[in-house]
Amino acid sequence: MGILNYKFESSNILITSLDGLLNWARLSSLWQMQFGLACCAIEMMAASASNFDIMRFGVIPRATPRQCDVMIVSGTVTLKMATRIKRLFDQMPEPRYVISMGSCSNCGGPYWEHGYHVLKGVDRVIPVDVYVPGCPPRPEALLEGIIKLQEKVRKESLAKKAVQTV
Amino acid sequence: MTAREIFDNLKAKFGDAIGEAKLDALQPWITVAEKRAKEICLFLRDEPGFGFDYLSCLSGVDYPDGKLGVTYHLFSMNHKHKIVVKALCTRENPHVQSVSAVWGTANWHEREAYDMYGIVFDEHPDLRRILCGDDYPGYPLRKDFKVPEFYNGMKVPY
Repeated sequence: MGILNYKFESSNILITSLDGLLNWARLSSLWQMQFGLACCAIEMMAASASNFDIMRFGVIPRATPRQCDVMIVSGTVTLKMATRIKRLFDQMPEPRYVISMGSCSNCGGPYWEHGYHVLKGVDRVIPVDVYVPGCPPRPEALLEGIIKLQEKVRKESLAKKAVQTV
Repeated sequence: MTAREIFDNLKAKFGDAIGEAKLDALQPWITVAEKRAKEICLFLRDEPGFGFDYLSCLSGVDYPDGKLGVTYHLFSMNHKHKIVVKALCTRENPHVQSVSAVWGTANWHEREAYDMYGIVFDEHPDLRRILCGDDYPGYPLRKDFKVPEFYNGMKVPY
């Protein structure tokens, strides 16, 4: 940060790198795919509520994947749900990120051995950026996950990426 | 009404369709013919002395001897008595008559038993899988079920 900590008095010119500006904007408004799968979703809701207030990080739940930057996979991913998650992920515009929240979504959790209906880790169908451990994780842990994701976004370079793809 | 009285009444009415029973158990149970389950359950519900108007639970079972079965836990709101009814079927021909016309509750319970054990409920209005995906291979709660290696391209085992 630091950009807004100074007053702009005489001239309104601010010099920064394009990447710095873009990344600052992106990491400050990580809109979240609004869906929950199991008990982790309750903790995710608690993180959204006033005690933890995930919105102060710019995380706003959106009801459509088209407007989302980050998908928080909060809970047990069943095989039936996995195909839907894949589709929702594909519908999100790039750049897109995934936070895997809780043991089930990380590796299958308590269903790792006898879960005939559980996908043993959501990273088998979509790429995961941040894993949040816990069963379920406390809201603070989810906030930590968001901050980790912000760190990751801050280090990226969209401008370079765009040049490479052209 | 005691379990003995219920059993004797059913035996007098249906004869051979009533099979083995254990009446001194904590939850006394009576076995009925799987092809006549609906008729017997309707009698249990509508006969004033029985009045089993509430199906507490319907479960599928895979027994150690290889047979499959359905267990009905019945309760009467008026008489406050209860009974367990069992219907058995073979693994090769897993057909049991549906009781969803007798108790509406049975509709989804039978779909679950079908989903997990592959027991086919004849005359069921909408017998589809209720939990697993429509293309799920096999019936997961059967004792001889093996978890598939892949499902729709996703690796299943840990």
